[in-house]
Amino acid sequence: MTTLVPPATSRAHAAGRGHRQRSLAWLALPALLFFIAFGVVPLVGVLVLSFTQWDGIGAIHPAGFDSWHTVLTDPGLLHALWVTFLIMALSWLVQTPMSILIGVFLAGNQRYRAVLAVFWFIPLLLSSAAIAITYKALLDPNFGLGAGLKIGFLTQDWLGQPKLAVGVVVFVVSWQFIPFHSLIYQGGVQQIPISLYEAAQLDGAGRIRQFFSITLPQLKYTIITSSTLMVIGSLTSFDLIFILTAGGPADATRVLALDMYKRGFQANLMGPASAIAVILVLIGLALALLLQRLGGRDANASQMEGA
Amino acid sequence: MDPRTTSRRTFLGLAAGVPLAAGLAACGSSGPSSSGGASGAAKSGSASYWFLNGPPGEAVRTATVERFNKANPSTPIKATTFQNDAYKTKIKTAIGSGQAPTIIWGWGGGGLRSYVKAGQVDDLTDWFAQNTAVKDRLFPSSFGAATIDGKIYAMPAETVQPIVLFYNQKKFEEIGAEPPKSWGEIMSLVPRFNAKGIAPFALAGASRWTNMMWLEFLFDRTGGPEVFEAVFNGEKDAWSNPVAISALTKAQDLVKAKGFIKGFSSITADSNADQALLYTGKTAMMLHGSWSYGIQLAAAKKFVTSGELCYMNFPPVEGGKGDPSDTVGNPGQYLSISSKATPEQKDIAKKFFSTAVLSDAENKEWVATGGVPIVTGTESLLAASPDANFLKFIYDTSSKAKVFAQSWDQALSPTAAEALLDNISKLFTLSINPQQFATNMNAVIGT
Repeated sequence: MTTLVPPATSRAHAAGRGHRQRSLAWLALPALLFFIAFGVVPLVGVLVLSFTQWDGIGAIHPAGFDSWHTVLTDPGLLHALWVTFLIMALSWLVQTPMSILIGVFLAGNQRYRAVLAVFWFIPLLLSSAAIAITYKALLDPNFGLGAGLKIGFLTQDWLGQPKLAVGVVVFVVSWQFIPFHSLIYQGGVQQIPISLYEAAQLDGAGRIRQFFSITLPQLKYTIITSSTLMVIGSLTSFDLIFILTAGGPADATRVLALDMYKRGFQANLMGPASAIAVILVLIGLALALLLQRLGGRDANASQMEGA
Repeated sequence: MDPRTTSRRTFLGLAAGVPLAAGLAACGSSGPSSSGGASGAAKSGSASYWFLNGPPGEAVRTATVERFNKANPSTPIKATTFQNDAYKTKIKTAIGSGQAPTIIWGWGGGGLRSYVKAGQVDDLTDWFAQNTAVKDRLFPSSFGAATIDGKIYAMPAETVQPIVLFYNQKKFEEIGAEPPKSWGEIMSLVPRFNAKGIAPFALAGASRWTNMMWLEFLFDRTGGPEVFEAVFNGEKDAWSNPVAISALTKAQDLVKAKGFIKGFSSITADSNADQALLYTGKTAMMLHGSWSYGIQLAAAKKFVTSGELCYMNFPPVEGGKGDPSDTVGNPGQYLSISSKATPEQKDIAKKFFSTAVLSDAENKEWVATGGVPIVTGTESLLAASPDANFLKFIYDTSSKAKVFAQSWDQALSPTAAEALLDNISKLFTLSINPQQFATNMNAVIGT
């Protein structure tokens, strides 16, 4: 019977936890209600709309798979997907290294770093619309910064050449969000036990070695969190691109979210727009799951065990 | 000079289809008591009215509303203003969700048709029949875009706005050239201006409809109004017409010859940057709506009043079939009444239409901005204006045009218009060729 003892205790332990969870379940209720009202209900609505024909003004007519057929056979979808993933990948590649470096830098306790941090976070306080309008004015080929100061390098057709326009979008998105991700990394770095660094120093590890052998591995889950936010964020990023380029020149920066908006609200094709919205949700879910998998089964597990 | 001689494309539905003489209950005055159909004017309550902001129109629209509110303090109209491109989306969403203002400002044509199809705007045919005084003073040509399937769904308002070719006289003197009299001359002017470091044409390519104005004229001058009419009437493969391909090719030829200012595809019209290029002397010419005159007058008064700013109708294309007097643009702006409004609100709106819209005071204000109100008998008012030359030019261009076509994006349904604008921006950035443009656009004919 002795073999039964350990399971018995663990069962009792589990039951205790379950009881506590049940008694606290009501705490999740407000959030759940909001999620249902503003997340699940619209999602179901969009799914239903994707099987209808609706111009946004008149009556809604069921249309079977018409919208899906239109969307899936349109070469515009592949292009929009490509642009979306291109901007996603490029902005991840720019933001992640910068954010980690700045986050590590800001994690130090020196006073000047705290002062710099205040300035650094200013872009985070500005609205995307204001940022987009400002950059658009600064980058104007005839009346912008470059033309005004007569700096040849800055006087490019920034938003008029497809490749430059994608570059500008990536730059502005990064400019806006690096502060936010730096903040996440700053918190992550500050949670790494100092004992790890002390031990490394005793072993004779330099600063760079410490960064790659302690800081980066310890930031694994922070990187996954930050990357998830970046990837999902760029999937749904709309306001900035809409104001900055409106998807142009031609359709060089027409990301999926913009494609959805233009079909729905400018071309009055709510059915196909809803189909794209469903595709966006599916891609977002798939990417979030993939990133969680990359970080191991349980992203909440502590990495400090044994530290 | 008589605007009644203005003929338009058949697709605009000549006002002849509307029962003009049905005014049995015609009232002598256009005063408030004349709103015969409605049972008495509203005693209280308020109506809402959304329109575009920005100079020069916003000030006039606001003043008109204020005059009305002063005369009718118990039934005021609440005005809300929006930026052009934002408004186009906002108004559709509002109408679709039953949140429309009482008075819906618009461009008529395809957009109005979509509201009518959804039963969201009131039929004003009977009201106009009872209020012939309101109707008869307006340009008959302005009713085309307000008429859907023989019924009038909007009150034409504000000004007639043909697209004209503006140019900077000084820049032509600098290179010793005359304004172009044909498409060939435009093409030969391009290298001459470029050689002097002057961009030939300003163009706000990011706004897309700006590029469309070029195609509208090239189509008309090359093949006459029938070419686009075929598209409008939903004829199969209408865009593949050899004349259409030739016009599309000409547009790309001009892009390839560097006819437009460097970076044109990132310039937007909402910021008026294209017009700034003209009055700051960076470019020599610009194809734009006649409303641009008022914008330039407000931003660069000296440039306009000193006579540097000149204007002309789009020149003919060699061997083309179109009449050189033809023009294109907005035959007016349009005010509809939301069918979701209360009877009281509808009465306020109708009273606004009959007493405040295009009143003598408003006409005077439009003329002061360099606009020609769509009201007959304003010749003396126009002649007395400091901008008399421009106003006479617009009045003549509009009234003597053999065909005054409505802008394509306004005439077509929103769905077809969006596809059109999309493909036009690709055409002007040279990412598709004329054949691909035709193929893409043929696919949405009749939507």
